[in-house]
Amino acid sequence: MTLNPNPELPVGAGAPRLVYRKPDVLADRSTHYCPGCGHGIIHRLLAEVMTELDLPAHTIAVAPVGCAVFAYDYLNVDFVEAPHGRAPAVATGIRRVRPEAFVLTYQGDGDLAAIGTAEIVHAAARGERITAIFVNNGIYGMTGGQMAPTTLLGQRTTSSPNGRDAALMGYPIRITEMLAQLPGVTYAARGSVADASLIGKLKAMIKRACLVQIEGGGFSLVEALSNCPVGWGMTPQESLEHLKGPVVEVYPLGVIVDRGTTAASGRGVVGAAPPPAPEPGSSTGPEA
Amino acid sequence: MTDPAEIGISTRSSEAEASRRSRVLMKGNEAIAEAAIQAGCDAYFGYPITPQAELLEWMARRMPELGRVFVQAESELGAINMALGAAATGARVMVSSSSPGISLMAEAMSYMAGSGTPMVLVNVMRAGPGLGGIGPSQSDYFQATKGHGHGDYRVPVLAPASIGEAMELMATAFELAERYRTPAMVVVDGVLGQAMEPVELRFRNPERHAFDWALTGAAGRPARIIKSIDLVPEVLEKRNIALQRKYAEIARQEVRWATECMDDAEYVLVAYGTAARVARSAIEKARARGIKAGLFRPITLWPFPSRELARVARHAHAILAVELSSGQMVEDVRLAVEGRCPVGFHGRMGGLVPTPDEVVGALKALHGKVERTREHERDQQQKRHAGRHEGQSGNHRAAVAGPPERTRRAEADTRAGMREGGER
Repeated sequence: MTLNPNPELPVGAGAPRLVYRKPDVLADRSTHYCPGCGHGIIHRLLAEVMTELDLPAHTIAVAPVGCAVFAYDYLNVDFVEAPHGRAPAVATGIRRVRPEAFVLTYQGDGDLAAIGTAEIVHAAARGERITAIFVNNGIYGMTGGQMAPTTLLGQRTTSSPNGRDAALMGYPIRITEMLAQLPGVTYAARGSVADASLIGKLKAMIKRACLVQIEGGGFSLVEALSNCPVGWGMTPQESLEHLKGPVVEVYPLGVIVDRGTTAASGRGVVGAAPPPAPEPGSSTGPEA
Repeated sequence: MTDPAEIGISTRSSEAEASRRSRVLMKGNEAIAEAAIQAGCDAYFGYPITPQAELLEWMARRMPELGRVFVQAESELGAINMALGAAATGARVMVSSSSPGISLMAEAMSYMAGSGTPMVLVNVMRAGPGLGGIGPSQSDYFQATKGHGHGDYRVPVLAPASIGEAMELMATAFELAERYRTPAMVVVDGVLGQAMEPVELRFRNPERHAFDWALTGAAGRPARIIKSIDLVPEVLEKRNIALQRKYAEIARQEVRWATECMDDAEYVLVAYGTAARVARSAIEKARARGIKAGLFRPITLWPFPSRELARVARHAHAILAVELSSGQMVEDVRLAVEGRCPVGFHGRMGGLVPTPDEVVGALKALHGKVERTREHERDQQQKRHAGRHEGQSGNHRAAVAGPPERTRRAEADTRAGMREGGER
């Protein structure tokens, strides 16, 4: 079967039409992620957005420590490995010496919201012109399912075997809301991979976050709520239901802040090329 | 803070401007910073800590003037990881700190060594352990030379003994970092950071090479990855073997040291940095008192000039290591000397610097012991010689081989005693 290479063109009756195409930037290989894991979806969304915005050739990405440590095996862009939690600092260094590059970080919740809190807070506070993809599945997956800063109260993990007890282990951290308060953050949003409709919305958020950087805005971040069937002790289907239920109650979905790119343009980025003029009518203020 | 313009360093200082005022008084931290700038440093990342704060302040002022990158990070962790990111793109990058901050940088140093990312790191050493104090120290010798962070790695460590030499070695550090794709360290103690000395405004900007590994965006080429991870033990071992080959190459090619008053020296002081300055004064005083002393000064602490020192030890009566520490470099001295002569040690800790008189005192004590031992050995040898002539019936082989063997044992015993006696 040959596919119509251009889905825009009208095709004859009965002729196959291209409805799915793997973006070239997505490597042609299977991932190491567990069955049902959301990382693969988020990788693909990133690949689609990067392709649509013509970014792969200009991208320098930072891989985290955690399940996504091998992200560079799946996305065909220049990648540097960061020590655990330090991706926003590494991205800052890249940004400052490469004003023309598209700079992307991809971090999990242990990486970003526990060991790397200082780095993410200060990259955001400086308004670094970088885009952070923050995958929150509420657990340390790679090390065997230990409690993360984002683990829900009562959730059983290998390091909270009787469930997370607030008195002993504190509360889940809503770091995206915390970061959204910083004026250096141009865009912060939370989406989910729980179903097709939410995946579509998540893609729109990722695209907006990337555009903020392209348009010369400040720090942009998308938190993607994701599942970890193995770490949660659930089937993939159960984990998605859990994601739509108890997880969203603690981590509400939507755009948390969108300050637009006008105010943020051209702030103190040493050696940066002047940012392109902002699009008229770019939105300001929270949408959700 | 010194005004750069006042000492002839203008916003766009040219060689002509620099040579017009060839000798100026500069503070160590500021001179090191300016030397890095003139060596083509594209980006500097730092965090305030005494006694290196002036270095950061100089960079804060000068780098933006030149359109280059300066970022005051949220921590030393932040600073060195910013450096990692910038260096991964092929930029010429530097960080600086003092001892406690350098400890925080150990993690990223290991990643950069593992992934082959060049960077220059300056440690203006202060006294430890812990928060310690802000006085000068050389107590980070182990940290600098024995790997610093986790894993099997080394970094070239340069130790200047004057502000002028520090300026020259900044360019060397960038060269080493880029030639071998490794972090490189320059260590100075707080004295060299804080003191002012007349220096010549002569700078060197090492030649730039195109890097086939730098992350610049994968336009028209396959994507590049800079990483240290490899979960397949056999593959990771290969990476390690390649690293060790690199370190062996550095050890062969990049050893640097200096000697002074060594032509007739019987007693050799081994010291680097400020301790070498003290040793130099002590040598003068010792010679005035009839002790023929000389100086062996390692400039690369790693690779340590072991072979060169071993050669010196063959002819020396004894060696005295002088440090601003409890005795760290002296371990490498002993490894290099391999028992060829006695090795003593004198050091101060806590931010104190030994005085030349103290060093002369330690040298005299060592000299006294060695002379007594040599005298004793001469006596023994004479007695043995006389004994052999009386007996006449001795086995020929034993007669030839015996005495030297006994002498070696006697020497070894003396050395054991010397170590105790030599240490404070």
